[in-house]
Amino acid sequence: MPALTLQDVRKTYGSGDTEVVALDHASLDVAGDEMVALVGPSGSGKTTLLSIAGGLLAPTEGTVRVGPHEISGYGRKQLTRFRREFVGFVFQGANLVPFLTAKENLLVVGDLAGNTGRSAEQRALTLLEELGLAHRVDNLPGQLSGGERQRVAIGRALMNEPELVLFDEPTSALDSKLGEQVMELIRDEVKGRGTAAVVVTHDTRMTHYADRVVEISDGRLAA
Amino acid sequence: MKTAWKELIRRPARFLTAGGALTLIVVLILLLGGLLDGLYLGATRALDAQSAGVFVFSREANDSFFRSRIDATTRGQVAAVPGVDTVTGLSVVQQPIRAAGVKEVLDAAMFAYEAPNERVPAPPATGEAWFDRSFADEGIEAGEPVGFGSSRTEVTVAGFVDGTTFQLQGAVWMDPETWNTVVRDNLPAATLGAGASQVLLVTGDAGVDAGSLASDIDEQVPGVSALTKQDAILGLPGVSDQQSIFVAIITVTFVVAGLVVALFFALLTLERVGLFGVLKAVGTSSRSIAAGLSLQAVLIALGAFLVGGAITLGLAAVIPDAIPLDLEIRRAVITIVGLVVTALIGSAISFRRVVRIDPATAVGGS
Repeated sequence: MPALTLQDVRKTYGSGDTEVVALDHASLDVAGDEMVALVGPSGSGKTTLLSIAGGLLAPTEGTVRVGPHEISGYGRKQLTRFRREFVGFVFQGANLVPFLTAKENLLVVGDLAGNTGRSAEQRALTLLEELGLAHRVDNLPGQLSGGERQRVAIGRALMNEPELVLFDEPTSALDSKLGEQVMELIRDEVKGRGTAAVVVTHDTRMTHYADRVVEISDGRLAA
Repeated sequence: MKTAWKELIRRPARFLTAGGALTLIVVLILLLGGLLDGLYLGATRALDAQSAGVFVFSREANDSFFRSRIDATTRGQVAAVPGVDTVTGLSVVQQPIRAAGVKEVLDAAMFAYEAPNERVPAPPATGEAWFDRSFADEGIEAGEPVGFGSSRTEVTVAGFVDGTTFQLQGAVWMDPETWNTVVRDNLPAATLGAGASQVLLVTGDAGVDAGSLASDIDEQVPGVSALTKQDAILGLPGVSDQQSIFVAIITVTFVVAGLVVALFFALLTLERVGLFGVLKAVGTSSRSIAAGLSLQAVLIALGAFLVGGAITLGLAAVIPDAIPLDLEIRRAVITIVGLVVTALIGSAISFRRVVRIDPATAVGGS
């Protein structure tokens, strides 16, 4: 079973003459351990696709399935629970909670999914160690470099062992060398865990880390 | 909730303005409440000390102690009403007093009473009186003679009692014979005949409700007006007006506190839209974020109460004794409960904004 299936998905804003089509009959399958790079220019619909795949936006038409969960018809509360338990997000610029330490940023999403106590703490520490941040567990985001912050964000995305991890421009705030390191880390982590990943980027230098590159333009996926 | 707590602990500066404003409001509420309680208790303690549940006035007196007169015949009629257990007389006039060691003339509320009450023992021997302890603070001593009124009629201090003030004056308690002697010398028109008193204090039989007993006395005895103790206290000149005015001011202050919380939390929510968007994107429910806001508001309110309470105690220590400030535990409890409720309501104003934050805003805009 694919980790992600988008079937004939449309997303429009407005109606009639003012209707804007953000995603136009997009279909995509991502296998269980596949890493897909989604590339395209600004305004092409990359973020819309990512948001729909992650349950942040509801499609106007079409079917969205993540593992066994068909989320197209989910309401707001169901989507919140779905995001908490089955999807990991890495946002542009990390977007960590600024007043929580690196470890607490991981624990907060564990806590949301009911993973608490010593086992959750151990998992957070293990993840941070794997990401090369063993010495930074008690540092606040403001005390970390850009690359370190992005690594904490990757740890946060993996904390609840999601079936799918979605990366939104994970290297946009990093220089080329650091970007390469982060992409390598992403590939190692998702492959090592057999997790599916969709990486939105417009930096074509980073796409060779992916198993497959899918292009999007004007809301349409290239065949 | 844990996240909200950690934000409060690690980013206290963010909440300092709201906390500071609330602290000042707490000081204001506690001082206003203290003044209200000081005025109320100073005016009513002597009556509050009475064990009787019903006070009977003559009807034409319009519930005024000073105008009321009840003779022995009426007293007998009241005593005969079913449900009445005991009837005693109570009378009061205000008189200036002078003592040897005290330079100033002091004002006293001079009571004639017949039976002990919650704070005053049975009447002392004729020619003696129990004095409120506020007179001891002025320098009057037990056993010394005190001159009452312009005639300086002498009454000896039998001892002191606590917490008996009337219309912001210390009370002096004596038997009707001594009281009549002083009044005859200084206020002849106020002298009462044998067996008469200004009002009657009525205690009902066990299980008899004071309100219904007062109604029964009203119906069955002509020419009297029977009130419950609380109604009689509120009928004192100025007491209910003072209460209404202070309660109105305190209520408005609570509303201001609510507006302060609402305004600051609306601004803080706006500041944190991005953060809340990320939290919602990773699966935090709007309810959980709203609960965090409420927790922060309540903790800020509690912190403001502690700091504001300490400031108020400090101010109370330096405020002159002449200002009737009375800081009661009951008032503190009302303030803290009111403040917490107000903070919860104020923070709830931001809930709608939290619910409307779109988690998709956490993802970039291509």
